[in-house]
Amino acid sequence: MLIRKPSDLPYSQVTPKNQYLNRRRFLAGSVALGALSALPEARANTKLTGVTKSPLSTNEPPTEYKYITGYNNFYEFGTDKGDPAQNAHKLKTSPWTVKIEGEVAKPKTLDLDAIFKIAPLEERIYRHRCVERWSMVIPWIGFPLNALLKQVEPTSKAKFVAFESLYDGKYMLSTFQAGISFPYVEGLRMDEAMHPLALLAVGLYGETLPNQDGAPFRLVVPWKYGYKSIKSIVKIRLVEKEPPTTWNLAASNEYGFYSNVNPEVDHPRWSQAKERRIPEFSMRPTVKFNGYGDQVAGLYTGMDLRKYH
Amino acid sequence: MRKILSSRWTKPVLFLLCLMPLGALVWRYQHQDLGANPVEFITHATGDWTIRFLLITLSVTPLRKLFHQPPLARYRRMLGLFAFFYGCLHFLTWFSLDKSFDFAEMGKDVLKRRFIFVGMTALLLMVPLALTSTAGWVRRLGFVRWQRLHRLVYFSALAGTIHYFWLVKSDIRLPLLYFGIWTLLMIYRLMDWRRAQPRAERAKATTPSTAYLRD
Repeated sequence: MLIRKPSDLPYSQVTPKNQYLNRRRFLAGSVALGALSALPEARANTKLTGVTKSPLSTNEPPTEYKYITGYNNFYEFGTDKGDPAQNAHKLKTSPWTVKIEGEVAKPKTLDLDAIFKIAPLEERIYRHRCVERWSMVIPWIGFPLNALLKQVEPTSKAKFVAFESLYDGKYMLSTFQAGISFPYVEGLRMDEAMHPLALLAVGLYGETLPNQDGAPFRLVVPWKYGYKSIKSIVKIRLVEKEPPTTWNLAASNEYGFYSNVNPEVDHPRWSQAKERRIPEFSMRPTVKFNGYGDQVAGLYTGMDLRKYH
Repeated sequence: MRKILSSRWTKPVLFLLCLMPLGALVWRYQHQDLGANPVEFITHATGDWTIRFLLITLSVTPLRKLFHQPPLARYRRMLGLFAFFYGCLHFLTWFSLDKSFDFAEMGKDVLKRRFIFVGMTALLLMVPLALTSTAGWVRRLGFVRWQRLHRLVYFSALAGTIHYFWLVKSDIRLPLLYFGIWTLLMIYRLMDWRRAQPRAERAKATTPSTAYLRD
């Protein structure tokens, strides 16, 4: 259940502090009132209409907008949690195209308009568990990944789905600076990708995605650690073999391909038994598959989840 | 410069300056400005300042010698104690908010996770140094022995840097910077000892004869 402010002020219109400070500085320098019109448009997050509420949502209270948009792991824009909010405005989300290719009968190249029209938009309030032991509850807007995959008609050889983020070294961190290789890549097994919980998100809190959250569209896999949910996707490739994934390439003993949330399997450097819900001080127990076990545990029957972590 | 360094006001001012990182944390806490993950914020801030104060303390002697400012030595103990102070805060943040004061849990983590083991080592190495930081202890141990004991601080700073290096996920730039500073400070000391060594040797060699002459 989403609690709307009575004024119905969109969250993106709540001006971030640094922005109004900049504006003051700008205004102080400009004498003519007419200069106001020259103000750069604040990153306009468009309100999304015709969004239905999904029964797959949790009824836990969503994390505040300022935390979801101010505490991000998006290494292309900096490795501090506050960096993406500062730097992601450099990301140009329009025009945008995504290629869907590989083992499919009908490969496609979609522009932004087409992406928003793949399937009816739903609001899905999901728990989000980062491998670093913090978690949030996020009211995503999007549609099931399987809706897109069905449209391209995967062949019998399509066993995995590989995703790739946008990378532009001109305004993003280098591999040396971030310590991980770019472009960021991720992957899912075909049955995971077809699972109704796997979401392609185009918005949150009723509006299009802020850049730091992976605009214009990103993956959300709520039963896996956050780094599986790749941002700002430009390529989706259906493949026969398990594709490489960025964090696994960086440290294979710490980050496996599956990365299912699992309190029983420690990260080599810390226990995953508990997590801290942003912005709380105390910790709460972590639930296997991030609490989505009823829906997804069947995907992994007979698998040693310690080995395939 | 020397006047400022020898002034009796400089020490209290520096003391207050050293408290500022803690003051900033308290201020942020009161204004609910610790960000999305307050515990992480406090842990990182106190950890960062522990390493910084260790490196600042290690810089005192090289700076004193390079710039011929003997009064700088007056500040070394206080800076070192502040490193220990922030190290304790760092430990207590982790022990209380992460381990909920559970000694068994703490023990398990220390033994199981090398970055925690080496961090704990860094802190424990500082304990005897903090305890023997008074003038009374310098006298009791004798300066040579006291100085030898206090060289443990080199290893504490190194362990702290390794702790940081092993803890980051992928961006190692800052731990590398700290390690670089530590290395420079150690190179300076090695060169300084090298330079002092022949003089000491010569002094030793001549001692018996002069002693004989004096008798």
